Amino acid sequence: MSGAPELRDSYDVAIIGAGPAGMAAATICAGAGLSTVLFDEQPAPGGQIYRAVGETPVRRPAVLGNDYWYGERLVHALRASAAHHVPGATVWSLSRDREIGVSIDGAARLVQARRVIIATGALERPFPIPSWTLPGVMTAGAAQILLKSSGMIPHGRTVLAGSGPLLWLLAWQYLNAGAKLDAILDTTPRANRKTAWPHAAAFLLSPYFRKGLRLLLSVRRRVRVIADVSDLRAEGDGKLQTIVYRVGDGAETRLPADTLLLHQGVVPNVNLAMSVGIEHRWDEEQLCWTPVVDGFGGTAVDGIAIAGDGAGIAGAWAAEERGKLAALAAVRALKPDARRDLLPDEARVRLALAQVERGRLFLDRLYRPADRFRLPEGDTLVCRCEEVSARQVVETVALGCTGPNQMKSFLRCGMGPCQGRLCGLTVTELIARARGVSPAEVGHYRLRPPVKPITLGELAALPKSEVAIKAVVRG
Amino acid sequence: MFQRLPDAGDATLSITVDGKPVKARAGDTVAATLLAAGIDHCRTTPVSGAPRAPYCMMGVCFECLVVIDGVGNRQGCLIPVRDGMAVETQHGKRELER
Repeated sequence: MSGAPELRDSYDVAIIGAGPAGMAAATICAGAGLSTVLFDEQPAPGGQIYRAVGETPVRRPAVLGNDYWYGERLVHALRASAAHHVPGATVWSLSRDREIGVSIDGAARLVQARRVIIATGALERPFPIPSWTLPGVMTAGAAQILLKSSGMIPHGRTVLAGSGPLLWLLAWQYLNAGAKLDAILDTTPRANRKTAWPHAAAFLLSPYFRKGLRLLLSVRRRVRVIADVSDLRAEGDGKLQTIVYRVGDGAETRLPADTLLLHQGVVPNVNLAMSVGIEHRWDEEQLCWTPVVDGFGGTAVDGIAIAGDGAGIAGAWAAEERGKLAALAAVRALKPDARRDLLPDEARVRLALAQVERGRLFLDRLYRPADRFRLPEGDTLVCRCEEVSARQVVETVALGCTGPNQMKSFLRCGMGPCQGRLCGLTVTELIARARGVSPAEVGHYRLRPPVKPITLGELAALPKSEVAIKAVVRG
Repeated sequence: MFQRLPDAGDATLSITVDGKPVKARAGDTVAATLLAAGIDHCRTTPVSGAPRAPYCMMGVCFECLVVIDGVGNRQGCLIPVRDGMAVETQHGKRELER
């Protein structure tokens, strides 16, 4: 069911995010007879990996590939279930007692849930090169969304730059669609091969190995790939005109371009989970914050679990299995007498999860982004919203700032509308390096609700309790 | 700059962008429509006035903020385009009443 039924004030289970984890979890919870709501910001279920899978205008299945179309199964199962999928719903708060603030079509609502599964997935790691804010520069993920949801490809001179599986997948899909690519600038450090190699055996057994290799070879045959790119910047007056890069210690090369698509891996989208006070730890392999969860995605906050890439990057297939595990835990807690034949078998889910997680460390190490591209210098903008440079951030350390929260009050860095989503990791790593300590010691922005902007009008229109009114009304 | 694949369906909806007519495909978001129409930036920043265009297309970067039907600071990449929509590019700081 979708959109049609009226939103209730409370549900057994509320799931936030309709990617593979959220869709799988919602289908199981609803199937077990729990009242289930699935909030999602996008117009259709699928998350980013299966974005628009039910309605993409890309007609030829071969363009996007089988792994994309697999998502149709999850969407069909969700639609056939009794879960209430609410598209276009922005969740802006979640409290420790599981009250969810959600905004739908310009109207805010509060919804209570007995269990919450956060499935807000991943976002692309910041790629702060000089002039990455110029129109004409966007992320590879953004370009892939344009292809999936709108059937759009770039025209003009197009360059992909960075590192990681998504960059190659996008190139392959573009070539299938008939797009012309001028070059791929590969920023993967050569030294990564040495640290990744000991884990290659595990990756050989991963389902990603054969697919990945085939795709890589297919792209390399058809596009100019420039390896060992050690320096990269965009230039242009009002929009991208030139890409300047350097290979190894070589001289600068200038490449005229209309579109530059950047990518250097994905990281968990932590804003909602952090705002509830769920503990996150610095992951030195994946260079990001990862929430502390148990084998079912459960957190130390009672009744709140995290499933999918938001609980640590492992890919779409793992997200689906982790969504099932979080759902199993919810069903066992709320409906212990649920018929077992309506539920997936835990042992089989764990086996499938182990299979798709195999070799992850190899990928993490092989595509570990270079320091150069995570830790910008000088005038390069770190915070796109408030236009704060790397130099400014580092200077606050000399003034005595030990972490991002003090730095914020000097610079407003991280206080714009994206709420630190595009600068948080960069700021933490910059301060850590300047102080000579680990990012774990520096910490992340302190995130508070609302985790997405909401208008005062929407807040004011929320129903108010007697207590809340008494707290502010005089006399 | 982006273009639609030949088999991706026709742009049958009509919207305006800064008062000028633009064709849009049902199912596209406002941000995708602007990119397909060759509009090279959708706002200028409140801090320095620099031009910006959609960057992440998934609702996290807030670069695609535009004025839609008189309401400012809307995320163009999250809002499906509707026939007759009036979109305006956004300049600098948000104005009162918008």
